[in-house]
Amino acid sequence: MTVSTEYGGASQPEAGGGASPEKLLAPVLSAFWDEEKSWTLQAYRRHEGYEGLRKALAMAPDDLIAYIKDSGLRGRGGAGFPTGMKWQFIPQGDGKPHYLVVNADESEPGTCKDIPLLFANPHSLIEGMIIACYAIRSSRAFIYLRGEVVPVLRRLHLAVREAYEAGYLGANILGSGLDLDITVHAGAGAYICGEETALLDSLEGRRGQPRLRPPFPAVAGLYACPTVVNNVESIASVPAIVNRGKEWFRSMGSEKSPGFTLYSLSGHVASPGQYEGPLGITLRQLLDMSGGMRPGHRLKFWTPGGSSTPLLTDEHLDVPLDYEAVGAAGSMLGTKALQCFDETTCVVRAVTRWTEFYAHESCGKCTPCREGTYWLVQLLRAIENGEGIRSDLDKLNDIADNINGKSFCALGDGAASPIFSSLKYFREEYEQHITQGGCPFDPAKSTAWADKHLEARS
Amino acid sequence: MTDVSLGMPQLPAPAYPADVRARLEADAKEIISRYPHSRSALLPLLHLVQSEEGHVSRTGMRFCAEMLDLTTAEVTAVATFYTMYRRKPSGDYQVGVCTNTLCAVMGGDAIFAELQEHLGVGNGETTEDGRVTLEHIECNAACDFAPVVMVNWEFFDNQTPQSARRLVDDLRAGRPVQPTRGAPLCTFKETARILAGFPDERPGAVEATGGAGPASLTGLRLAKGEKPAARVVSPRAETVQEPPVHEPSPTEHPSSHDEPQQTSDSDPAHPAGPTTEEGE
Repeated sequence: MTVSTEYGGASQPEAGGGASPEKLLAPVLSAFWDEEKSWTLQAYRRHEGYEGLRKALAMAPDDLIAYIKDSGLRGRGGAGFPTGMKWQFIPQGDGKPHYLVVNADESEPGTCKDIPLLFANPHSLIEGMIIACYAIRSSRAFIYLRGEVVPVLRRLHLAVREAYEAGYLGANILGSGLDLDITVHAGAGAYICGEETALLDSLEGRRGQPRLRPPFPAVAGLYACPTVVNNVESIASVPAIVNRGKEWFRSMGSEKSPGFTLYSLSGHVASPGQYEGPLGITLRQLLDMSGGMRPGHRLKFWTPGGSSTPLLTDEHLDVPLDYEAVGAAGSMLGTKALQCFDETTCVVRAVTRWTEFYAHESCGKCTPCREGTYWLVQLLRAIENGEGIRSDLDKLNDIADNINGKSFCALGDGAASPIFSSLKYFREEYEQHITQGGCPFDPAKSTAWADKHLEARS
Repeated sequence: MTDVSLGMPQLPAPAYPADVRARLEADAKEIISRYPHSRSALLPLLHLVQSEEGHVSRTGMRFCAEMLDLTTAEVTAVATFYTMYRRKPSGDYQVGVCTNTLCAVMGGDAIFAELQEHLGVGNGETTEDGRVTLEHIECNAACDFAPVVMVNWEFFDNQTPQSARRLVDDLRAGRPVQPTRGAPLCTFKETARILAGFPDERPGAVEATGGAGPASLTGLRLAKGEKPAARVVSPRAETVQEPPVHEPSPTEHPSSHDEPQQTSDSDPAHPAGPTTEEGE
């Protein structure tokens, strides 16, 4: 492959760097998104849809939990907790109702995988939910979808209706004795509801504020009953694992991070979009196969998994994008939202805007997050405006340190991530804002249409 | 004691007319039946009352409280927490420009500045004809289609200042507008009804704009051995020379999201307050 290395200064790695996309990618959930009416039951069935369910219903529920545990599937919502383990924590024989709640509140800046997945292939989620409910002995499940995506809501309404009509939902599903009802629930605009206990409060009709743990949702979740909260992609991956086997799943990725996943490439890249492949692919491989950064520009910084995961730079192009390796590089795999920014982007501007987001979305429950994010915004705006002083940089670090690990939930930690990491890699750029008395970047050069006049000429 | 006005609205809030109430009550009962515990129906019920009036009024909150056996204070606490519930009358079309970091950098800030200037309204304000309410919104999970504009929560992907300006002009002129992903636009009230959990019954609404969007298929096409496609640009962006747009410096556009909002009905200036509602 002949691809320019404009996006990075590091040299090509020996292995893998030049392999073809056919070999590197592995579309599973996205395999038939390009087919006509891919979101319908008919299309899903053409691709072995609901075959995994038949196999699952032939197993004992406990064996099914063990099977998913053995597959090594880890949560795709950010934290990477083993999915089978979450199911196993549900106490059995306790006489209480059990609930499955799917977290479809995808709101982490940069994250854009669950929404296209549900838009193009909602039945993979429905089938996964039925399998999960059979395993944890639940007859009531909810999809908590963020409200701001009405086109996806329409397709979920249809998919659930189709599943009822086909006998996959309702009473005695496929003659198994399993009864299951699914309710699609639209949220109302609150990032915090992606935090699982805030989501449960919201689903109970309250302000979405996180709960103190323990007790964990597995013991006292929705309506204080044992509850599994899983991300969309995690649950949607289950049918393929059951249908094609855990060995097939483990043949992809690494020992500790097995399987396939959706990587979402966005920003100043030539071909933004969804790339489904084995865990452990690198950003360099993804950029190599897709045309790299936009012509004439270099990668400056990127997030591996949304704005709450510490920034990385062009030094990290060869980090395998799995849970362990990204962690070892000082960040987190998160949601695999690869937001790439080129050299035209002001890192102070980027971090300021993210911090404004966290300040707006802080639920107000705990002081470090509520007050800390507010003051971070004040300092960052001053620096970006050229009104900052040198000691502000230490103050930023200090405030972030007082939020990180000291707030009630992970929103606070997420707010601190861009601060710490940008100060680590781009402190000089902050200092430049202070010494020059303003932002040295021209925002017009960062826009999607900035180079249009150049494209027209070539 | 001297009579001091605290600006408190007269309680209880006015009720819906009997026919409206009967219709909403039937809908509310259907919503409540979807949940094991009635209070879970509160968010969809707030979407339902928003579908009636275009915003969540004191009347709407009183209705929710009565349906769920809650106090109006409990309902107000929830309604004011979530940004999708409007607290004042607004336009038929909510135009939301994503100005979270990635979209902002890719041009969302320029689009938002352009629309503010073109429409002569600020964030959260409505045009005089009552057609368009302009807002800047947070990340809407479509970063691979940046910059993104949402109209009544349908996707308008890969926008430019020019395409966005034409979009709002079309909306104000009543010309049909097609999202890049989503159904032909309905009004904000009709959208709120879908959010309350009542499926969109319009023929063709679910299948409109086809399957996955172009960016969603990028990896799949490569995996099938196809070459990376040229960057897809929204048809609205295909224009001849347009006058240059004002590119705002980031310092001109601090996000106003964290500014305090008026949260209480006790504010006498609140448009849903007694002066406009009960005094009429």
